[in-house]
Amino acid sequence: MSMRSPLGQARGLGSAKDGTHHFWVQRISAVALVPLSLWFVFSVARLAGGDFFMVRHWVHAPSVAITLVLFIAAALYHSALGIQVVIEDYVGNEGAKIVGLLLNKFLHAIVAVSAIFAVLKVALGS
Amino acid sequence: MSHQTPNRPLSPFMLGQYYRFQLTSLLSFVHRITGIGLSMGTFLLAGWLITLAGGPETYGMFAKHLTAWYGQVLLFCWSWAFMYHLCNGIRHLGWDIGKGYELKAAYASGYAVVVVSLLLTVAAWAVAYAK
Repeated sequence: MSMRSPLGQARGLGSAKDGTHHFWVQRISAVALVPLSLWFVFSVARLAGGDFFMVRHWVHAPSVAITLVLFIAAALYHSALGIQVVIEDYVGNEGAKIVGLLLNKFLHAIVAVSAIFAVLKVALGS
Repeated sequence: MSHQTPNRPLSPFMLGQYYRFQLTSLLSFVHRITGIGLSMGTFLLAGWLITLAGGPETYGMFAKHLTAWYGQVLLFCWSWAFMYHLCNGIRHLGWDIGKGYELKAAYASGYAVVVVSLLLTVAAWAVAYAK
């Protein structure tokens, strides 16, 4: 017999009140990153040895800028979820854990917004 | 029952003298380490794009480190970590849909991840240096 109340069982959120949300979005971002990351690595490899103007020309193309923004968003989201698990697993001290989790979210937001802003600045500039 | 805490080693200190490594656990470990490395690498990705938005001089100051020998070594390690995390991530997605849990299959996919990640890394560098 389950110790869980019928309502709790129906909600399926468990003791963390989060259910499978973290697991699920980690997988969604992972699936999105399979084509996006392959595209990114091989595109950047093709740019190797290129100067500023060649790289800017590449980012300037709308299709590239859009795919770059999608890649950055998916990668930083996936990264924030992953580092969160590492902190939860290895940081025992409750205070340090909360500080770590906050810093994790803030740093990922800063890096994501900065990188996306830079792409848009290049893509929308003359 | 004794109320004294037994003085026995706990994880992660089990690693090393008490724990026999297997390919499967080693790959799992490497997945996490490459994940952390790739997270730190996003600073570099942002730096590359921000300096690109800053103009030719700013970009040149950044790019000269990437083309230096230490930059190339870093990029090589980064590209392999990228391909490894990608391949092993696909292996994880297989497990998530319930495929490949048998010991034989888990080892076969593990070896495949090592080989394919290396091949993809070499392929990316071949593209970079082909010109």
